[in-house]
Amino acid sequence: MALLEVNGLKIYFHTRNGLVKAVDDVSFTVDAGETLAIVGESGSGKSVTCYSLLDLLPKPPAVIEAGTALFDGEDLLSCSTARMRQFRGNDIAVIFQDPMTSLNPYISIGEQLIEPLIYHPDKTRTQSRKKARLQAIELLDEVGIIDPEARFDCYPHEFSGGMRQRVMIAMALINKPRLLICDEPTTALDVTIQAQILELIKKLQKTRDVAVIFISHDLGVVAGIADKVVVMCEGTIRETGDTESVFYNSQDAYTKKLLAAIPEGAKLLPNRAEQDQPLVKVRDLKTYFTDFSKAAEGKKVIKAVDGVSLDIKRGEILGLVGESGSGKSTLGRSILQLAPNTEGTVTFDGSLLGELSPKNLVPWRRRMQMIFQDPYASLNPRMTVYETLAEPLLYHGLADRKSIDQQVRQLMDDVGLAHSQMRKYPHEFSGGQRQRIAIGRAIATKPELIIADEPVSALDVTIQAQILDLILALVERHNLTMLFISHDLSVVRYISDRVMVMNKGLIIESGDTETLWANPQQEYTRELLKAIPLADPKLERKRISNI
Amino acid sequence: MAIKELQPDEQGTSLWQDAWIKLCKNYLALFGLAVLALLCVISLLTPWIAPYGYEEQNLLLGATAPSLEHWLGTDIFGRDMLTRIMYGGRVSLTVGFIATAVALLIGVLWGAVAGFVGGRTDAVMMRIVDIMYALPFMIFIVLLMVVFGRNILLLFVAIGAVEWLTMARIVRSQVMSLRKQEFVEAAHSLGLSEWTIIRRHIIPNTLGPVIVYTTLTIPSVMLLEAFLSFLGLGIQPPQSSWGLLINYGVESMEEYPWLLIFPGVALSLTLFALNFLGDGLRDALDPRTSKD
Repeated sequence: MALLEVNGLKIYFHTRNGLVKAVDDVSFTVDAGETLAIVGESGSGKSVTCYSLLDLLPKPPAVIEAGTALFDGEDLLSCSTARMRQFRGNDIAVIFQDPMTSLNPYISIGEQLIEPLIYHPDKTRTQSRKKARLQAIELLDEVGIIDPEARFDCYPHEFSGGMRQRVMIAMALINKPRLLICDEPTTALDVTIQAQILELIKKLQKTRDVAVIFISHDLGVVAGIADKVVVMCEGTIRETGDTESVFYNSQDAYTKKLLAAIPEGAKLLPNRAEQDQPLVKVRDLKTYFTDFSKAAEGKKVIKAVDGVSLDIKRGEILGLVGESGSGKSTLGRSILQLAPNTEGTVTFDGSLLGELSPKNLVPWRRRMQMIFQDPYASLNPRMTVYETLAEPLLYHGLADRKSIDQQVRQLMDDVGLAHSQMRKYPHEFSGGQRQRIAIGRAIATKPELIIADEPVSALDVTIQAQILDLILALVERHNLTMLFISHDLSVVRYISDRVMVMNKGLIIESGDTETLWANPQQEYTRELLKAIPLADPKLERKRISNI
Repeated sequence: MAIKELQPDEQGTSLWQDAWIKLCKNYLALFGLAVLALLCVISLLTPWIAPYGYEEQNLLLGATAPSLEHWLGTDIFGRDMLTRIMYGGRVSLTVGFIATAVALLIGVLWGAVAGFVGGRTDAVMMRIVDIMYALPFMIFIVLLMVVFGRNILLLFVAIGAVEWLTMARIVRSQVMSLRKQEFVEAAHSLGLSEWTIIRRHIIPNTLGPVIVYTTLTIPSVMLLEAFLSFLGLGIQPPQSSWGLLINYGVESMEEYPWLLIFPGVALSLTLFALNFLGDGLRDALDPRTSKD
């Protein structure tokens, strides 16, 4: 008998705007010790499905309309609240996406870890504090926390993101569950840390014989970890099968589309860089911030960018790769004079930007623009598409009241938005459409340089592919020069002519994309490239076994 | 949702137009608006429609319960309560709206600038606010009265000048979180001037809490006026205000309850109407609530 058997599950949300069928007739099984991956884009219902198993959905608006979820023969959906509490943590545990917010910042991690042991609802299983502590330290050691004895009394902020996720995994495993639900456990982590966490989950699953439901949007991650794959879209299951059969022999159009959307290989369009005159020259740029916060204990200088020199040639797409905290975003903002230049110079088309007063900088602002990461935060929620796109045009005197309508329509055409959406507000759009609006705003002033800061990392994979192609097309059509900042190496390879790798405020390696990919010179670059998950089960398993 | 074709001159005001359309569909808010409008009209027309004069005494009558001649009864001097409440409304509503407008103007600008500019400017501006908080406001108002003489307009300004402090703090905290949002950074990178950013991107996004706090400020300002008048610093008897009437009503609550009940009802009605309207406005000004 399967460990978990979900049958005909239907979950509807009764919202003010009508009925949303979040999960519509979903069935799957998980055997003991097996890993099932649920793959889908945002809104596909993959998280809702799993949260319903532990009664973690907000009810109302969520209503479980039909279906059963038999865990060891007992229905999770119809059991009492008291019984559910016994399932939670004991038999079924969850690891959430964001390790930053899932831990209580005011309680030491050790205390949080032993909580379920010493305050267990089942009195026969409660333990003494001393025993619990020993067990917790053993577990911290098992999940790869170095010197667990000493770290036991540390608070969450004293751990890095990857370490916190290890602590979360330890918390999930403390009562020896038989089923572990991982909800995008590595999405918030850097690629090298992601590789370590995935490896840890795999190892623990083998040694402890737990079944895993692994929710993810990343097919590369899934390829390496899953035995079985369920592909979900808009609340329904599109395909179920062994990992191999889904990846190599998919029968479903949506699955094929998902697989095709993964950025693969090099940029296809020719390199348009003009070799002689760089548009942007950065020389020995340093950007330091002073941290006055209490945690820093007095003044502490953060060297976000620590002496960077680079040229961006006219017409090229320069990729800037680095992990979080490498200073890549700050570098982009410093070039645009949105972050302070502590030392060094930025020259744009022959003029030193650092010497200009904010007022004199305005004409230059028109010529260099930025696309931001989060399309949900980068648009003013109280301005319609029309207002957002018209603002830069009117402000820089590029259009008058008569021609503005025409120009805004032109912009909307350029980024692929329908004219009928002109009067809508940002919240009425999906993430991909919002990013189109943000791109439209960036190209409105006909800039020469665009700095794109992780423009696709908040988007689903199929949308990501569309936006990348839009960016490539616009670069061609408008003769743009671009600095493309990303942590995702596959994306950078797909879009860039040249790549720079940044680490700890310094550029450690640069070169033509394909040359660098084939023959990385630095150890750090090699590590980065090795850590990229591949959306191909055989290659991915080979890659993992080589690490 | 129907998409209207754009007319060139309706682009600038779309947020407010949409807000008006949405407000018209919120019956509770419309009810609040109607009640407030009615109260304002009555107050305006009071000298002509009031059944008696506000200082017209009938000592023989004394305090009588509501009757056909005196719908809301009379006070201990035999003055008609309906008349006194109508005249009191003139003072209370004027104080409420003007003082709140003063508080709103100073508070929003002060908070927006402090939060947006940050650094030393922010520190200095907020320390000034702290000092004002610490200063007993009675002393502040008495000081104003001594310097400028007693004047009902000054009373409005004085109350407004005290009430803006909390508004400034609310706006500042909102602005500080907004300032770090990417859309504000995007506005910077478009080269917009700081003032344009404050006006177009920051202040409209603080409207929600500002409106709610405003609707709370108006009644508290009305009660503050009563307190000042009670101490002899505000308006003088035989003139009246709701706050004063309530104060007198409390004293004789056991013998003549109607002296407390009716001014209380007038004030509560205003308060309810303001709250309904405020909630409606907040929702209407948020584009995320649907227009349908």
